[in-house]
Amino acid sequence: MSKMNFSRRGVLKTGAVTGAGLALPTIFTSSASAYTNEPTGSSVKLGFAVPQTGAYAEEGLDELRAYELAVEHLNGGGDGGMLNTMSSKTLDGTGILGKKVEYVTGDDQTKSDVARALAQSMIQKDGVVMVTGGSSSGTAIAVQGLCQEAGIIFMACLTHSNDTTGKDRKANGFRYFFNAYMSGAAIAPVLSGAYGNERRAYHLTADYTWGWTQQESIAASTEALGWETVNNVLTPVGAGDFSSYIAPVINSGADVLILNHYGGDMVNSLTQAVQFGLRDKMVNGKQFEIIVPLYSELMAAGAGSNIQGVYGTMNWNWQLQDPGTQAFVKSFGEKYGRPPSGAAHTAYVQTLLYADAATRAGTFEPCAVAAALEGFEFDGMGIGATTYRAEDHQCFKDVLVMKGKESPANEYDTLEIVEVTPRAQVEYAADHPMFGGAEASLGECNNG
Amino acid sequence: MDALFLQILNGLEKGGAYALIAMGLTLIFGTLGVVNFAHGALFMIGAFVAVTMQRIFNLSHEIVDATQKDFLGNPLKVKVPYVIEWFGDGFGKFLIDWSVPLAILLAIPVMMLVGFVMERGLIKHFYKRPHADQILVTFGLAIVLQEIIKYFFGANPIPTPAPSEYRGTIEMAFFGLKLSYPVWRLIYFFFSAVVIASVFAFLQFTTFGMVVRAGMADRETVGLLGIDIDRRFTLMFGIAAAVAGLAGVMYTPILSPNYHMGMDFLVLSFVVVVVGGMGSLSGAVAAGFLLGILQAFASMNEVKSLLPGIDQIIIYLVAIVILLTRPRGLLGRKGVMED
Repeated sequence: MSKMNFSRRGVLKTGAVTGAGLALPTIFTSSASAYTNEPTGSSVKLGFAVPQTGAYAEEGLDELRAYELAVEHLNGGGDGGMLNTMSSKTLDGTGILGKKVEYVTGDDQTKSDVARALAQSMIQKDGVVMVTGGSSSGTAIAVQGLCQEAGIIFMACLTHSNDTTGKDRKANGFRYFFNAYMSGAAIAPVLSGAYGNERRAYHLTADYTWGWTQQESIAASTEALGWETVNNVLTPVGAGDFSSYIAPVINSGADVLILNHYGGDMVNSLTQAVQFGLRDKMVNGKQFEIIVPLYSELMAAGAGSNIQGVYGTMNWNWQLQDPGTQAFVKSFGEKYGRPPSGAAHTAYVQTLLYADAATRAGTFEPCAVAAALEGFEFDGMGIGATTYRAEDHQCFKDVLVMKGKESPANEYDTLEIVEVTPRAQVEYAADHPMFGGAEASLGECNNG
Repeated sequence: MDALFLQILNGLEKGGAYALIAMGLTLIFGTLGVVNFAHGALFMIGAFVAVTMQRIFNLSHEIVDATQKDFLGNPLKVKVPYVIEWFGDGFGKFLIDWSVPLAILLAIPVMMLVGFVMERGLIKHFYKRPHADQILVTFGLAIVLQEIIKYFFGANPIPTPAPSEYRGTIEMAFFGLKLSYPVWRLIYFFFSAVVIASVFAFLQFTTFGMVVRAGMADRETVGLLGIDIDRRFTLMFGIAAAVAGLAGVMYTPILSPNYHMGMDFLVLSFVVVVVGGMGSLSGAVAAGFLLGILQAFASMNEVKSLLPGIDQIIIYLVAIVILLTRPRGLLGRKGVMED
């Protein structure tokens, strides 16, 4: 039995704390503005939540460089970059709707809970009107959900899982980056041509939403060719040492290893798979091959010579020759001394698309901006004509199938474009089973 | 059957790394009585010594080569390493290729210096403090070291390949089994065995080692005998740091160094020390190999299909069982951690 002391002060204190706690949800929406974080002064604030630590940190740092470049161009600095090439000519370097663009950044550590807390702090404390960033689908889906609740637009950056615009799609969220289904649809014909239709594939898969959906998509598209999926083993994100997962592949009867890994995981698993001599083996009378369905130049740099001859897909690559790409590569290259990665390109484009949509809508109100983006057709931002589909807020455009170069000329030249898959080949219905089926819907947009 | 043997080899190689780190931890705990959560960071620093060596050998000056273009269309600046310029193509390329083993020569003095600075600068003030304080301080130090490395080297794993002759696999055939296993992992296992044996030999067969062993058994009496045990223990800290560093240097071709590899190995190494017995060197080594093999077995598909996720938790399960049934560890001294 414990004694409870009631003093007047104690009761008052507890009451105050309880009251504040109960009022907390209303603090979200209690402001007198028409929508969350309506910008009132001469500036508008954007929130860049990127991973600066964790397995995907290198991509996050490159995204941050691109975001800063985008803000510089929006405010009229630099050489304007894609503002000069994009098909929609509303942006003129005076900020967004005349307001100067400012930004806050934070580290989401590649973890979903940290990402949510970071986004919440940016919305509540820093008053951002749009949140963008992330290089993991886990964080993207978490932040997308939070932004939907808070009445903020979320422009997803690096997220490849089908679920982000599939079963977890939200009315306030928009994705420019391609997804796992598109990768599978693009890479399957190339693999069929290169390796034939009689292959047996072993999958090593990162154990979270992106890994599962990519494995599902790649397995579906390769099995449609006639390949057999021998096994699918889930590996923890950030595992480091994959030797115990690679050893069983050797005698499994598989002649292709498909690595559904990204970032630091892929660098380690590919390096170790090559160390185990997998690429020198002959199985079933064929050369053993390794495929990494999604990779980036940063990962290729980390994998070194092990990336040679490995097929994969990318959303965009700096080697494309269209004017939008060239303008962006020039701006980024001159500022940072290196070509931009796909993640950087997506970060830059999403920021510009948001600014453009807000300008066309004439307001920062989320529902109006969302309406301006839905069904939007644009070009001049790299990789050709693109559409933002209204039913699921996913961008549809061509997909690049890449291969690791056998003799790279320099450290940025590690990948070569094998094919530019036309977008018609990677399109799917909005109610496709891998994307949540008929039940998946955006819901209502939320102004906060 | 081949898969089983492959996993045993995997376990031995991983166990080698755990044993080296755990041995350093036990040395520090046994001599100084300090729980050193910064030991994983020492492993990581060792790995980055190898990276630095590789970068030193690759130090180059740029020649503008107008016949090639870089990504912006400007004339390409080709890097020519100094070692190739000074020592010629053959020896220069040999140096760059062998940068990982040659880094051992650099790692030993660097790690001893780092350990010395750590001990004299920070750890020394925490000898008499409760273990909780020591854990907090050393863990904080580990995070600081991690962020310093991340600032200078970036967040991406940095590829540090083994010398070209040792990059492939070796075919082994015995008892009717045919296996191929990466050469460098085998080399790593033998290397760790040699280092462990040297440390044991040092402690057993030198006067210095004898004094240290006496100090580990009963520090007060050694002080009463008029031997300045503190200086010797500081040196032991340096040696323990060097052992962790060497483990890190040779591990770089297996796992590309990145800034959080220290933390990844730290927790497991502590579990190894606890299972083996705090203060018992042979316990640390035995437990290191044992847990390495256990973890490798638990990662086998056959085992995982019976008990999903077992590979993540097997080590901690074993630690829990040991702590409940025999808290002093497998080979620990009676009375340590039991009260």
